[in-house]
Formats: sequence, C-alpha cells, structure tokens
Amino acid sequence: MSERISRRKLFGLGAAGVAAAGAGTVALRVAGEEAGSASPTSVHVAALSDAVPFYGEHQAGIVTPAQDRLHFVAFDVITDKRAELVELLQEWTAAAARMTQGKDAGTFGAVGGVLEAPPDDTGEALGLPASGLTLTVGFGGSLFDDRFGLAAKKPAALADLPRFPGDALLPEISGGDICVQACANDPQVAVHAIRNLARIGFGRVSVRWSQLGFGRTSSTSRAQATPRNLMGFKDGTNNLKLEDKALLEDQLWAAAADGPAWMAGGSYLVTRKIRMTVETWDRAPLAEQQEIFGRDKGEGAPLGGKGEFDPIDFTLKDSAGEPLIKADAHIRLAHHSHNGGARLLRRGYNYVDGSDGLGRLDAGLFFMAYQRDPHRQFVPIQLSLARTDLLNEYIKHVSSGLFACPGGVHDAGDHWGRALFA
Amino acid sequence: MRNSIVIAVGFLALAGLTACSDDGAPAAGPGAPTGAAKGPVAVAASDTECKVAATELAAGTSTFAITNGGSKVTEFYVYGAGDRVMGEVENIVPGLTREVIVELPAGVYETACKPGMTGKGIRGPLKVTGEHKPLSGDAKLAEATAGYKRYIKSQSQTLLAKTREFVDAVKAGDIAKAKALYPVSRTYWERIEPVAEIFGDLDPAIDARENDVAEGEKWTGFHKIEKDLWVTKDIGEDGPIADKLMADIKTIVEKSNTAELSPVLLANGAKGLLDEVASGKITGEEDRYSHTDLWDFDANLQGSKAAVQALRPVLEERAPDLVKTLDEKFAATEAELGAHRDGDGWKLHTELSKADLKKLSDSINALSEPISKIAAIVVK
Repeated sequence: MSERISRRKLFGLGAAGVAAAGAGTVALRVAGEEAGSASPTSVHVAALSDAVPFYGEHQAGIVTPAQDRLHFVAFDVITDKRAELVELLQEWTAAAARMTQGKDAGTFGAVGGVLEAPPDDTGEALGLPASGLTLTVGFGGSLFDDRFGLAAKKPAALADLPRFPGDALLPEISGGDICVQACANDPQVAVHAIRNLARIGFGRVSVRWSQLGFGRTSSTSRAQATPRNLMGFKDGTNNLKLEDKALLEDQLWAAAADGPAWMAGGSYLVTRKIRMTVETWDRAPLAEQQEIFGRDKGEGAPLGGKGEFDPIDFTLKDSAGEPLIKADAHIRLAHHSHNGGARLLRRGYNYVDGSDGLGRLDAGLFFMAYQRDPHRQFVPIQLSLARTDLLNEYIKHVSSGLFACPGGVHDAGDHWGRALFA
Repeated sequence: MRNSIVIAVGFLALAGLTACSDDGAPAAGPGAPTGAAKGPVAVAASDTECKVAATELAAGTSTFAITNGGSKVTEFYVYGAGDRVMGEVENIVPGLTREVIVELPAGVYETACKPGMTGKGIRGPLKVTGEHKPLSGDAKLAEATAGYKRYIKSQSQTLLAKTREFVDAVKAGDIAKAKALYPVSRTYWERIEPVAEIFGDLDPAIDARENDVAEGEKWTGFHKIEKDLWVTKDIGEDGPIADKLMADIKTIVEKSNTAELSPVLLANGAKGLLDEVASGKITGEEDRYSHTDLWDFDANLQGSKAAVQALRPVLEERAPDLVKTLDEKFAATEAELGAHRDGDGWKLHTELSKADLKKLSDSINALSEPISKIAAIVVK
C-alpha cells in the first residue's frame, strides 16, 4: 500500500501557496483535475508530506532536497558496554525506519499498547504524515577512544578540527559521541523523532546538546529555490547539489580507499553554530552588506552579474580600479577556485533561540556541511574565512562538531553502525 | 500507527465516489481475529523480513510455523511487555520450517525473527483478544502487596516519631535542632509518599511548596517551616503550623496503614517516586531553602526500591531480564548518589556541580525507563 493519502497530504495539495513557494517541494505531480472535479482517477503528490526512503546506498538527509526544519542532537554515550551500544543502534535504526515512513516509533504506537504501560511512542505526531522526515546518524571522534575498542577504526578524516581564529566555542554545545540530524517539513515531526530516539537511549546515551533550526539556508537540489539566511542574502547558490553526480563522487562521498571500509559511501559532517549579531548587521548600509557578501541582495547575483547563477567574475574592477568583488568578500574566500577546488554540500538552517537578555535576538545560522574529507575541504575554506572574511564583524562561531556519517542502511537486517561494530 | 488508515481523497469522497484503496483491504482487519482456527500461523522469515500471516489471534494456545526462506540461520520469538519471552524457537536453518506452540492471554505482543540469531530482530505487532485466561502467580502478587504494606507500616511508625521530634523542636524555638531534624523526618515521609498521595488534600497540606499554594490559601506543612528556619530565621509563629503538621501526618499514617494496595499501585508508586526525583530533587526545587534535596532523593530511591523488591518474585517469574536490568540500574544510581554522601547525611544541592547533577539525571532516566514497564507486567 504505497500510496496512502493522509489528511495532511490533502492540505498540502490544497495549499497551493505552499507548493508555489517551492519551499521544500521537490516535485508536485498532480495527475488529476481541480478540486471538485467529478472524476479524478488518481492523485499522486510527491510533496512536503511524503516519506523519503530510509534504506539505500547512502543515508537519506544528505543529498535529499533540504527540508524546511531541523532538530539536531548530539549524544554522549554513557554506557561502557559495547553490546549495549550496539543494541541501542539496532533499536534506533528500527525506530528510525518506522518514523521516517510516518509510523510510530514502536510497534504498538502511541495508543495501541496496553493501558498499564507507557506507550512506545510519545504521540505528538499522531495524524501527521511522514513530512519528508530523514534521520541521519554520525559518529564523533570522541567515540573512538578506548571505551568501545574502536580506536583502530577511527578515520584520519575524523581528526579534531584545528582552532580557527575568532572561535568562541562553548564545549557544552560542541562535539558529542553520536549525532542524529532530523530534517522534516514539519517541525513537530522532527522534534518527535529526536525525542523518541532520546527516550529509547536513556541509560545508554545522554543528550549533550541539541539545536532546532527553521528555514533551510541551502538548496541541495536544482529543483529548489535558493533560500535566504537571516542576513537576508540568498545562501547556497553555489552549493553542491543532488544533480552533480560526478562532483558528489569527488567531493561528497567517502570512497572505500579513503580510509576505513566502514565509511564507504558515507560523508563527513561539520556543524558550526554561528551566532549573528543581526542588530548591528541591520544597521549596515545596503552597499556595505553587498560588498561583504560579494553579491547583490535582491537577486543574489554576483557583483557585476545580473542573475543569481551568472558565473562569478573575480577579475572585474570598479571605476576606481578596485576589484568589484573585494579581496575579502565572502564569496571570493569561500569559492572553490580559491580553495584548491574544495567544495561542500551545505545543509544549514536558520535558528533563533529566543533572546539573549540584552534586548537582542539570539539568532544565527546552524551551519552544516557534508564532505568527503573535512581536512581538505572545510578546514582550508574556514581558515581563509576566519582570517579575513568581512562578515566576521557580524558573526561568531559558538559551537562546533565533526561527525563521520557512514553509508546507508541497506535493509531491515542492517542497522546504523553495523559495519563500524562488525 | 500514524499512516495505517486509508483515507479517501477529500474531493473524491465529496463527489460521491466510493472510497477505496488501490491495493486491496488490509490483511487482518480489527475485530476479525485470524489464526484462531486451529491451523498454524505461517511465518515467512527471510534475512530482511518477518511476515507473520496473522497480526490478531484469539487468546489461548497458538502454533506458529516458521519457514526460513533466507540465507542465515534464524530464530522466532513472541515477546510480551518488557520483552518477556512468551515463546521461542531457535536454530531454524535456511529452507527449514519449524513450529512453536505459544500460550497467549489477551494482550499485545511482538513477534520477532532474528536472522543470524543476533540483535533485537525484525519485529511486528501481535494482538491477542478474547477471554482472559488467568495466570498463575496470584498468590505471589498477594504476597507482594502484603510485603509492601509491612514496609509502609514500619516506615510510617518512624515517620510519626521523627515528625514528633521535629515538631517539638520547632515549638521549643530551637532553630538549630529543628534544622538538623528537618531532613531526617522528611526521609520517612519521602519513602512512603506514593501511598500518602492517595489521600488527596493531605499531601499538599503536608508538603506543598510556596508556589503550589493559590493566592488567598494558607501555606502549611514542612516547607513553610523550612522557609522560616532557613530564610526568615523566625519560627515564633510556627507553633500552630507544627501542630497541624503533626496532626496531618497522624491522619495520613492511619489511612496509609488501612489502605487497599494493589500490585499496579506498587509499580506506579515505584515510578512516581523517581518522577519526584527527576522533577523536584535534581532541580533543587523541593528543598529550595535548606538545599537538603539529596536526603529526599535518597529516600525516594529507597521507597521506589522497596516497592520493586516487593514485586520481585512476580517479576522474576514473568520478566527475569527486566529484573536484571533493574538491579543494574538501581546499583548504578545508588553509586552515583553515594558519591555525594557527607557523613551520615548528604551534601547540599548547592554543593553539586551542573555536571554532577547531569550524571544523577542520566542515571534516574536510565532507571525510570525499565521501571515504567513494571505495571503492565504485574497487571497480567
């Protein structure tokens, strides 16, 4: 029964505004007529509400067209028993396979069990569709210490990131042994997933930190419009995208020969929580804002160009003979042509964690980027940005994480970390 | 299951067309138990699937016939709540069919195939309906409640004595002595609180925090005196409050000793005490003036353990793995808390670091999850 239509999907279909805005809508195929038509035979919608396949060669949630919402969590493993950790990964995988398909976390569900027992699902997603939920697991460098006998399996690519100039990292919201990225088009669905995984993990893992994100700041598919970050600029125009097959092989997916075999088909995730002082940014003149990014704010076109996707010409000069795109402009420093060809698949989200008690929004970007080797990709890019990026006046990196996200779960007999713990 | 219901497309239904799905009806609709007929329930096991022919059965004895169509040796299990094994068959080699007979009273279960004979298995739900066949063990359950009643009795006698000492010190105006006795008398209170909570308005009269009391209502009990001892440092007006505390404690002890207890109440009480720890003690909200929260923490933990121990013979019979987990988690929590001992008592909440408190919180979460499974096991 692959085409169950839930109530929520109907809303998705009727809410033309949502679809037209293209927010997370990958493809909207309506093989029928308008509402009220007498004889629509079938209605197929691949939309905000649909399920994303859980099993596959790669984990979902990486090149999956970026959903609108994020709940990211980093766990510390608190059990010292390897078998308990493996069992948890098995239980998590089963729950993840279910939840990503719009089902309850456990086999009985929020209301299907006995009255005397707490339900095996927390229930807040009852009636909600799968909402494009993806759950992506990653293992942090700290997991590869002497606790679980994994030291020999630690990939070189998972070596700690260097300290970057200007870093103001808070250890309590950085790092972690295991991360899970939940992306969905409904925040309740993403939170439900993380909450249930955390619950399943009690006694074996403890939540170290977690982060909510609203509003994706990158497109990971050409079918998606480029969204804007909280500085008001289009973000991720030159991102690696689902359609760039050859580039993905070269820049995104770890190959078997890169390091330990268990990471074949996987990717390395760097997370950086980047606080923006949006109040001072908002007082900057438009010209300065555009100079800092090197793009025009309206279209997102590189300075000197007209359209968002026009090629960037770093050689253009202004009337005074100065580079049109400044030497320290964000797009120049971040561009692959200035970083030995290194590219990233960015998958960040805007965040607002309320306010900071000083009358300012506690807001910014929860940056996430997947890549084949962070030490050849994120590190050189961030070093060049951290040293001279004009944007640094308005941003501060407050948390950092690096996780090895293995290849996909193949089928129901497979589980997260199986190859790692084999 | 969120997506288990097929809903016809709205405008389709509006147009008066018959709502139907394109690939037939669900295999086993509710209210139509299958497999009750005496043929075995076929289970098609593979390396990635565990297809059980029926997801609803009639209560009583059922036979499962498991055919291994995969490439790995497999096992088949029927699990009850808390992964209690209701029936199992191991070593089903590829190509072979083996049968297992399982006796299942009404309830919900899980079926599981374990290709490679490892891990949690590929699970599915199984609902059993029909006449409830009483299980053996009623005598053990009766003994469990009787045993817990004896515990309540002994604790409540000491509660009376220790509250008397505390109240006398307050009325005598002896602040130092009253401060020393405050956490001691509360220890006995906190151990039996789940029983005390049965009696509606007495619990708030004895144990309300300042913000629990609505505007215009009178604040009485332990915490009012606590505030006067530690903050206002004036207990001159507290004589009547001390007398009322003593009277309320007397009433609740009498009621507790005559209360009808049930195994489910014990199970939920054990869980409730740990919930108290999680919500009040770890946060330091319970004893916010004296900061003696760890005394209460320890007492809640002991009270919870006493209830679980009373149920132990039943649990050992019905869910031996759960008993093992509970033993481990109780020991781990006691060790974590034990690190904060101070002489005969406990460190103040304010002396613990945030990291200390997180460790305590983690261990309480680890213990509370298995404890929350007890009720469904003892109720069977």
